Amino acid sequence: MTDNTKTSGGDKLFKFFIYFVLIALAITIIVPVAWVFMASLKQNSEFYGNPWTLPASFYWENFVNAWQGAKMGEYMLNSALVTVMALGLLLIIALPASYCLSRFKFRGSKFLNTCFMAGLFINVNYIVVPIFLMLKDGDAWLKNMFGNAFLLNNLFVLALVYAATALPFTIYLLSGYFATLPHDFEEAAYIDGAGYGTAMVKIIFPMAQPSIITIILFNFLAFWNEYIISMTLMNAANGTKTLPVGLLNLMQAQQSKAEFGTLYAGLVLVMLPTLILYMCVQKKLTKGMTVGGLKG
Amino acid sequence: MEKRKGMGHFLFWCVAPAVILFTIFMVIPTFNVFRMSLFERGAYSPTETFVGFQNFKVLFNDPKFITSMQNTILLIVVVTVVTFAFALAFAAILSREKIKGQNFFRIIFYIPNILSIVVIAGIFSAIYKPENGMLNSILSMLSGKTVMILWKDQPLVVISVIIAMVWQAIGYYMVMYMASMSSVPMSLYESSGLDGASRMTQFFQITIPLIWTNIRTTLTFFIISTINMAFLFVKSMTAKGMLDVGLSFMYNQKDAGLYGYSMAAGVVIFLFSFLLSALVNWSTKREPLEF
Repeated sequence: MTDNTKTSGGDKLFKFFIYFVLIALAITIIVPVAWVFMASLKQNSEFYGNPWTLPASFYWENFVNAWQGAKMGEYMLNSALVTVMALGLLLIIALPASYCLSRFKFRGSKFLNTCFMAGLFINVNYIVVPIFLMLKDGDAWLKNMFGNAFLLNNLFVLALVYAATALPFTIYLLSGYFATLPHDFEEAAYIDGAGYGTAMVKIIFPMAQPSIITIILFNFLAFWNEYIISMTLMNAANGTKTLPVGLLNLMQAQQSKAEFGTLYAGLVLVMLPTLILYMCVQKKLTKGMTVGGLKG
Repeated sequence: MEKRKGMGHFLFWCVAPAVILFTIFMVIPTFNVFRMSLFERGAYSPTETFVGFQNFKVLFNDPKFITSMQNTILLIVVVTVVTFAFALAFAAILSREKIKGQNFFRIIFYIPNILSIVVIAGIFSAIYKPENGMLNSILSMLSGKTVMILWKDQPLVVISVIIAMVWQAIGYYMVMYMASMSSVPMSLYESSGLDGASRMTQFFQITIPLIWTNIRTTLTFFIISTINMAFLFVKSMTAKGMLDVGLSFMYNQKDAGLYGYSMAAGVVIFLFSFLLSALVNWSTKREPLEF
């Protein structure tokens, strides 16, 4: 008897300890994020006292300043455009390619599969400089030949680069799914007189919907949050920028003029879309993650 | 499958766009990293002069590069050890014990992973602000006197970056290990519990060996991604020149117009990461266990 109560007492202590640690970790994540939301509603003069006071009043002016003054509205539109274009390109290009690479054996298919696998190990941070130089040289050539250049500072080219660099991971994920499907599906469609394209688009793609959604989620986050490529390829001083780069510039400008309210409003504008998306699809995202365990 | 008319055309039109895009924006640039490291290229003209291994010679005598590589190694070691220790421990707890609000914790812990690194840099600049930042104000409250620690200055800046990186990564890996740990059958814990094994013993003797394959793969990828993450964090969090890691050194040389030199640094970091992951992969090899 005594032995029993002793272990359950130890159990209780252990349980208490677990909850304590878990809650502590949760707090270290929630509090800073919530603090930014709170700070985005403070007036500038409130930033010189105790950081833990609630805002005196809801100072929505910060968001107006960020949206118009700091051009966050324009940047957000750019980010949305790039993300949508890159996702569209990626799906149009990667879906048929991964379908063919995983379900057909043709000359070179093995080689191509290996190449795309190897692509998983190439990180964009290494190749961003050569991409930049390639586009810069291309621009110089275009200027020489036609008098105007359009490769750098172009949202579509940026989207194209995003889509290209996301190809290996996307093809890897999709091929993994397509390879598990039995061949009977297409055979039945062929017997009914469907062509290759029809069988692929009408039979196979609808079945791959869960994988496609996973891909859209992961790549939405990647494209929306990306800043190194965007910063390098959109290099005109006052030109088009995406939201994270705009925010980075705003943060660096803070060092000279202190407009904290605008900065935190800008932070909220960048993270709000991802947070809302996450709240809607969190089950799918954490589940899909086990499939995408290789994401770097 | 029997060959039908038009199959070649179909395959070509499906695969060609992906291959072209992949070649232009990944294969050629990767090739160029290696090629350009042997050349010198002016900042304003695209003419390139072949200089052999000159860039590498200068590089290995550049104290700034040596320091930045040392910082990279320091970050890799500390961030990996801390993240994996915490992620594995939390995952073991959350997947084995009956915790109220398990789902809630899972949702919260994953949040840092969906935020842009720029946003995280912004959040941490609010935490680390010397005058009335979150961290210093808590320390002031606890100690009773005004604390004015410069977290983003030397020598503390490394620790600040490490904390931010662990904060960002921990939830992702925890959720991942929870998934793999939940496949370990409960009966193993029950029978070993009857034999008197403590939770600690079970963790090291049952849980870890059984999910070792998973740990091994994630460890390799984590190390590669830490090299990149360190760059993203340093670039967005710290003032220029305060702290450099390998890739930020490379990027700064590009900003300075020294393209060949920058690519030489890129080659060294690339080979370093490749060797490191091979080493980790080799040194963590164990006989796979089955259950």
